[in-house]
Amino acid sequence: MDGNLNALTTIFTEFYYWVTVVFMFLIHVGFCMYEVGASRRKNHMHTLMKNVMIIPLVTVSFFFFGWWIYWAFPNFFPGMGGIDWAAGKANLPTSPNMATNLEDRITGVFWAAFLLFSWTAASIVSGSVIERIRSSALWVHAVLIGSVWWIIDAAWGWHWDGWMVKVLGYHDAYASGVIHAIAGGYALGLLFVLGPRIGKFAKDGTPRDIPPHNPWMVTIGLFLIYTGFWGFYAACNVPLISPEVIDGQITGTTWTATNIYLGPTSLGAITFNFLLSLSGGLMATYIVSKGDAFWTFSGGLAGIIGASAGNDLYHPMQALLIGAIVPVIAYKLHYWVEKKFKIDDAVGAVAVHGYAGFLGVAIAGFVLWGVPSSPYEGYAAINPLGQFIGAIIMFFVLGFCPAYVVARIQAAYGTLRIPPEIELQGLDFAEHHAYEDAVAEITAANHKHLTAKS
Amino acid sequence: MSTIGYENWAVDLADVGAIYPFQGFELPMVIAGVVFWLGWHITQARRETKHMEEVMKMGDPEKIAKMLERY
Repeated sequence: MDGNLNALTTIFTEFYYWVTVVFMFLIHVGFCMYEVGASRRKNHMHTLMKNVMIIPLVTVSFFFFGWWIYWAFPNFFPGMGGIDWAAGKANLPTSPNMATNLEDRITGVFWAAFLLFSWTAASIVSGSVIERIRSSALWVHAVLIGSVWWIIDAAWGWHWDGWMVKVLGYHDAYASGVIHAIAGGYALGLLFVLGPRIGKFAKDGTPRDIPPHNPWMVTIGLFLIYTGFWGFYAACNVPLISPEVIDGQITGTTWTATNIYLGPTSLGAITFNFLLSLSGGLMATYIVSKGDAFWTFSGGLAGIIGASAGNDLYHPMQALLIGAIVPVIAYKLHYWVEKKFKIDDAVGAVAVHGYAGFLGVAIAGFVLWGVPSSPYEGYAAINPLGQFIGAIIMFFVLGFCPAYVVARIQAAYGTLRIPPEIELQGLDFAEHHAYEDAVAEITAANHKHLTAKS
Repeated sequence: MSTIGYENWAVDLADVGAIYPFQGFELPMVIAGVVFWLGWHITQARRETKHMEEVMKMGDPEKIAKMLERY
C-alpha cells in the first residue's frame, strides 16, 4: 500500500467485506431457526446439528480447495483455455496470501464473503431434505455443493474472466443462478432419489401437509435470512474502484462501485431494488397463497431472488414487478411438481431458490438485452439465449445432475436415508430418552437430599 | 441495441447518469406499479370479505349463542 489514498481504499474495502460477512452470518442463523421451526419436535436436535455442522465442514473444504477452484477454473471448459494454474496457485492453502500477510489484506475477507455464499448454498439443500436424510449423507452433499459445484459455476459465470460471461454474455449480479438456481436444482436432484417422508402422500398420491411445529420460529428465521441478504447484496459488489484498476474500456478518472463483473452500479441502486423486489414478492405471494404465512414470507425471498440477476441495473418498478411475477410461478410449480413427481420438499427450497433463480436469470436476458456484460472489450452482450443457457447450466448441469448421481450412489450403498423405524420414532429418540433419564435421576437425587435433611 | 442506452462501457463515468433499462418509460412503469399496488388492495379486501362470510357460516349457532352469554 503506497500512499494514504491507496491505504484508505484498501482498508475501507477490507472493512466493507468484513461487515458483509458478519451480516451474512445471520443467513445461517435464519436457516437454522427456519429448519428447526419447520421440523417436528421429535427431530429438532438432529435437524439443527445437520445444519450447524455445515459451517465447519464447508469452511475447511473451501479453504483447502474451494477458493482455488474459483481462481483456477474461469476458463476450465472445452475450448476455453483450461485451468489457470498461476491464478490458482496464489489462492492455494499453502499460499502466503491465505494467511496473515500485510501485503494482502483483501484475500481473507473476500474468501470469507464467498465462503458465506457456500454455506448458504449448502443450507438451502439441507432444509429441503429434513426428517429423513442421514446427516453423514447430507454433509457429503454440503461439501460438494458448497466447495465444488457452486464455486465452479461462480468461476464460470460470476468472475470477470469467466467463459460464460465472455461467450454467453451471462449476467447474474446478485446470484439468482449462481447460488439459488444451482442450490434449488441440487436439492431437487437429491429429493428425487431420497423420496418423501413417511405419510407425506396418501395412497392415491394426494400430498398431505406436514405443518411446521413452530410457525413463529419459521417467521423469525426467514426475517433473519432477509437481514443477512442485505449483507449478501453488498458483498456481491466491489465497493470502490478506479477505472485504471479495472483496466477495461471505462475512460476518465471517476471511481465507482461495481458488480462482480466490474461493471458500474451503486449501493443506492441495489437498496431500491432489494426493497421493491421484496415487496413485490410479499404482496403477490400473499394473494396467490391466500394469505398463507409460510408462503408469503418465502415469497418475499423468492421476489428478491427473482430480481437478483439484474438488480444492479433494474429500475425499482421493474424490480417490483419481476419480484411479483416470479414467486407466483415458483409457487404454482412447487405444487405441480410435488403432485406430479411426489417430491417432498419440506421447506419449498426448490421453488423459492431453484425455480425463482432460474426464472430470474432468464428474465434478465430480456430486460437487459444488449447491455454490456463486462467493461472489457470482446465480451458478448447480455441476451435472452445466453441467459437461458446459463440458467440450464446452473439448475440442471451443475445442480440437479451431480446431486442425482451422488445420491444414487449413496442410496445403492444404503447410506442415504435413515431406517423407517427411526423416522417414525423420531431422530432424537435416543437423546430424548437420555434427557428423560437425566431429569429423573437428578430429581430423585434432590428428593433423597431433602429427605435426608429432614 | 441496449435497453440501458449503452452498448459498451467505453465511457467516462463522469458523464454517465441513469443506467436502468427503458429510460423514457418511467411514467408507464410507475403506472404499472401503482395498478399492481391498488389491485392488491382491491383483491385482498374482496378475498377477506369472502373468507369472513365463509368462516361465519362455519360456526354452530348454538355455540355462538353460548359464547355471547359468556361475555
